[in-house]
Amino acid sequence: MSATSLTLVHAKYSLLETVRVPIAVIGTIVFPVLALLFFVVPQRAVAGDPTYATQAVVSMAVFSVMVGSLFSFGLGIAENREKPWDPYLRTLPAPGLTRIAAHILATGAMAVAALIPLVVVGALLTEATASPLQLLGGLGAIVLAALPFMLAGICIGYAFSTKAAIAVIQIVFFTLAFGGGLFLPPLLFPDWLNAISQALPSRQGRDFVIWAVQGGDLQPLSWLGLLGWIAVLLAVALLLFRRDEGRRFR
Amino acid sequence: MTTLASLSHVTRSFGDVTALDDVSLDIGDGAIVGLLGPNGAGKSTMLSLLQGLRRPTSGTVELFGGSPQNPRNRTRLGCTPQATALPDTLRVGEVVDFVGAHFADPVPVGELLDEFGLTELARKQTGALSGGQKRRLSVALAFVGRPELVLLDEPTTGLDVDGRRALWDAIRRQHDAGATVVITSHYLEEIEALAERVVVVAGGRVLEDDSLHNVLARVSLRQVTVTTAEADRVAALPGVVRHTVAASGATTFYAGDSDALIVELVRSGIAFSDLAVRGATLEEAFLTLTETPSPTEPRLEHA
Repeated sequence: MSATSLTLVHAKYSLLETVRVPIAVIGTIVFPVLALLFFVVPQRAVAGDPTYATQAVVSMAVFSVMVGSLFSFGLGIAENREKPWDPYLRTLPAPGLTRIAAHILATGAMAVAALIPLVVVGALLTEATASPLQLLGGLGAIVLAALPFMLAGICIGYAFSTKAAIAVIQIVFFTLAFGGGLFLPPLLFPDWLNAISQALPSRQGRDFVIWAVQGGDLQPLSWLGLLGWIAVLLAVALLLFRRDEGRRFR
Repeated sequence: MTTLASLSHVTRSFGDVTALDDVSLDIGDGAIVGLLGPNGAGKSTMLSLLQGLRRPTSGTVELFGGSPQNPRNRTRLGCTPQATALPDTLRVGEVVDFVGAHFADPVPVGELLDEFGLTELARKQTGALSGGQKRRLSVALAFVGRPELVLLDEPTTGLDVDGRRALWDAIRRQHDAGATVVITSHYLEEIEALAERVVVVAGGRVLEDDSLHNVLARVSLRQVTVTTAEADRVAALPGVVRHTVAASGATTFYAGDSDALIVELVRSGIAFSDLAVRGATLEEAFLTLTETPSPTEPRLEHA
């Protein structure tokens, strides 16, 4: 069986396992919509303005993908490393990349599913607008913007136990969400915070997706920064993956 | 004989614990090899090296002539997950299908379930299975890819007598169909029922590597317990390999032939009371093997 079809098989069963616990699915999909409803919709200054509303929906979309990626990879991998099913899968004749690729596919499918209600609520309850072509551009951009979070999740998953991973993920996603201007627009940031913000992958991802949807200027730092984060985190993830032999106890 | 897998001068340490200490072992095709040893002996470490899950600290591990870490060399290998490892939410049939998808010519799901008595359970989620049913499914998974070499790590732990025998029968049928099987256990009974060749492992070293018959002769010990003031004299009697003193003051002597020892004991005129005789457990037998100097030099060669 080829590596591609094997990847699809792994992704299929990974999704099947997720879907069999419906509340987990609902949690992933509902969380970002709730955030949109509470943080954006009631503020008419934002929700009533097409430009700001669209940016706010994009921010929530990036937030959704970020949280999904960090938890799915960070917690999923940390949990799997503590369960003996994972070492068993490693004895099967499948390249290690198969399981990572399958994980990315399965997480990606869930992330896209979570974006749909976000876009629907954004279109119905705010002035956010985007043409079908802009939506497609945004989707493509968000795939790239999701990579640093997926890789960061992989690093956390291989570096920490489940309990530690939960704590680390919470700190990371809160820092990245506020620091990256996903909850409060960077317009409100003082200069020093804005400078820090621009170095964060969440801010770079947000700006990149906004550019893909709305056009306008894109600071080189945004996409260069994204590529930089991807390169660094990929290197760390590969190192941790190769070093891993399951959970170690001391 | 074709060598399917081998360890050559393999040492593996975890921190400052040495799990395997300069172990060499060849596994040729055809046999059922029993890896016998107490908990912590290094059996599971040996298997995890052969499965490519771990790398040796030094020495080489080969599987079908290459590194076990290369997935291509694992296409003819069958392994079992721990019974508690099965993904709870997947159905029995789905798990078999999932694992089978990794192999070129998997056994059809229905056929495999039938062989291991799991047909009725095909639609059940694995989380709903009993301990024994999970065991059977785990072992069945090792055979889904029509493997040439199968590694079974304590396949019947926690099973009742019937369940154990049913699983042994299934393993024997698979072996008759052409699979070479390596089975670890700390039950002597299990190794007796299945294995032709026995490798005894303790403290990370291979103590014995011989036919079942010869190894049994070595590790089968009886224990004779008496209360006596002259334990040292009893220990000096012929046939006694080891003795331990319990808190109650009773002394337990280990010997290959307890009848002969008792005859000697009576004949010696040593005063004793509270005589009790029973078979030694495997753990006790291993302890004796590891402590007796002469026959325990690692015998690494294998014909």
